[in-house]
Amino acid sequence: LNVALFVTCLTDTFFPRVGEAVVRVLRHFGCTVEFPAAQTCCGQPAFNSGFHREAAVLARRMIDVFAPYECIVTPSASCAAMIQHHFAELLADDPSAHREARRLAERTFEFTTFLTQRLGVDIARRLAFRGPVTFHFPCHSRGAYGPEQLAAWCAGESPAQLRRPAHADLCCGFGGMFSIEFPEISGPMLADRLNDLAATGATTIVCNEAGCTLSLAGGAHRRGLPLRFVHVAECLAESLGLMEPAT
Amino acid sequence: MTPDAAFHHRVASAVRDERVIRAVHLATLHKVQARAAGMAALRNYERIRALAAQIKQHTLENLADYLQQLVSNLQQRGATVHVASDAAAARDIICGIARRSGARLAVKAKSMTSEEIHLNEALQTAGVTTVETDLGEFIVQLDHDRPSHIVTPIIHKDRRQIAEAMQRELGCAYTQDPRELTAIARRHLRGVFARCDLGITGVNFAVAESGTLCICTNEGNGRMTVTRPRVHVALMGIEKVIPRLGDLPVFLKLLARSSTGQPMTVYTTLVTGPRRAGELDGPDELHVVLMDNGRSTLVGGRFAEVLRCIRCGACLNACPVYRNIGGHAYGGVYPGPIGSLVSPLLHGLDGREALPRASSLCGACRVACPVNIDIPSLLVRLRTASRDSRPLSKRIAMRLWQCVLESPALYTVAQWLLRRLLRDSGDGWSQRLPGSVGGWTTTRDVPIPRESFRNRWRRMLENAHEPD
Repeated sequence: LNVALFVTCLTDTFFPRVGEAVVRVLRHFGCTVEFPAAQTCCGQPAFNSGFHREAAVLARRMIDVFAPYECIVTPSASCAAMIQHHFAELLADDPSAHREARRLAERTFEFTTFLTQRLGVDIARRLAFRGPVTFHFPCHSRGAYGPEQLAAWCAGESPAQLRRPAHADLCCGFGGMFSIEFPEISGPMLADRLNDLAATGATTIVCNEAGCTLSLAGGAHRRGLPLRFVHVAECLAESLGLMEPAT
Repeated sequence: MTPDAAFHHRVASAVRDERVIRAVHLATLHKVQARAAGMAALRNYERIRALAAQIKQHTLENLADYLQQLVSNLQQRGATVHVASDAAAARDIICGIARRSGARLAVKAKSMTSEEIHLNEALQTAGVTTVETDLGEFIVQLDHDRPSHIVTPIIHKDRRQIAEAMQRELGCAYTQDPRELTAIARRHLRGVFARCDLGITGVNFAVAESGTLCICTNEGNGRMTVTRPRVHVALMGIEKVIPRLGDLPVFLKLLARSSTGQPMTVYTTLVTGPRRAGELDGPDELHVVLMDNGRSTLVGGRFAEVLRCIRCGACLNACPVYRNIGGHAYGGVYPGPIGSLVSPLLHGLDGREALPRASSLCGACRVACPVNIDIPSLLVRLRTASRDSRPLSKRIAMRLWQCVLESPALYTVAQWLLRRLLRDSGDGWSQRLPGSVGGWTTTRDVPIPRESFRNRWRRMLENAHEPD
């Protein structure tokens, strides 16, 4: 299967290891992976801020960049949802662009959805953790998988290692521009989420969204909490022996 | 102060009030669990929810017809129907009814619509004393406060504050025991009920085919409000109409469960006309005030689905923003996620632009909503409506950002600049971002990017062996 990786701007900039893990895991399961170098950002920050003209320009660009590829896989459920749900809405006034947007939506997959639904991978069976683990469920993953699904993946074959957070479904306070514009609200939300995660006693936290990880890891670092946030792609790559455990 | 600054100011003082925030956390998290348990006990929750949304949507799409049917059936049952185009008209109508009936003392059941039009103040000016009979609203009124939640108005108060207000205003002995406090309020309110001559309620659902008003309360005071006084005034937004009596159970299954997790409200009162000859209970006169106040402008438009709202408060309980700032910080009658839509949509976006932006769009509200209102999408839509009033610097920044992202070369330069400009505090993290993005580092550090993925791809992945 030929796959084009849409790595997303945040993962590209801050979490190259996640992108690498996605590539190695997809290759492991028999995919040919390409990285269209012209890609930048799906435009979600503009869209969510209400700047839809700007977002529409970037949506058209995404459609062009990924036009040659039959499958597009991204490690971010949030960016996948942007493509799947909002591109067509943004381009509603232009029938041909709208058609292309819908075609792109059908060809775009969030990473775990692609693994389970297209490649038939049983993630829980492939994951192994060396110590206690907990998870942060990213709000924008709801369209791809639920908190229970994420818990089941993390529990894998050694459920005793899973330390469930008291609140499986709680926002980390990121929200894109929201976290910059309303730090006085975003900060306490982050504190709620970090307290809940820290209370599990696990220091490894599976979080499949670069935005959430940027927020949570940044908050944990500010507070001196020794928490390590990992994408399920990294966990899989390590479990499958494709990458060395991070230091 | 600009409206944005005023909002930031309210939030800043709200988050500092640790006692309130703790109370709101406890109460909302409890309600979230109670709601989940309540819904779990319901077979086919998703189907009931979809049905409720459909019924409301259908009604909105045929609103004029159903309102006409409602009015005709109300009149046939002996009710007097008044139509109020806005809050001022509704206040005038209700004050007029009070004046004509010679009322001096009014009792009121809990009604957000009456809050929306600031009815108590208007009646006071007209010489009518209004007593709130819902325990929470009674305490709000005693303490000269404002409700901070649609369903549980004193969610922000603790026992001590309630005890102090009751002692100060009613002259009773100080006690923090909820039972005793309730008993004191009850005794006081019984005295008021014995003397009152006007009863004011809201309406949860108005059934078009029968002219039946449904009023849901938990304490029975609502029922006394519609049975004891000579005159009953029911104030309703025009979106409260539902087509058939048979539709009512769909909503009754959802309303209390969404609010508190209860299978149903303790008192579900159906009123069909004033007291008829030979009946023991009920008022001599029933007045129904159908209020528009901005609602009809939403019908058929991009925001019409907010009119499906049944005011259950589930989105407030579920919202991590509400949980951390409480209801008063929103600065309007309707707080929380639904309030951030309803307040600007009914009363104008001007001065309220910050409300739709003050959300992380986490979607907990959408998950909790019993009538499937896509609150996050509507918030984004409302953000588009205020984009042109954003500061020029913001608009220019957004255009620049777009230009950068249109060019992979500029994008790569921006990544490089970010690496160079962030000041490393010694461990690969930065504690301060500059200028307009500085809000980030008031609560979080930022990792200093090393190698970008695209670089790593070229360096070690692109030409690596494909599937082994």
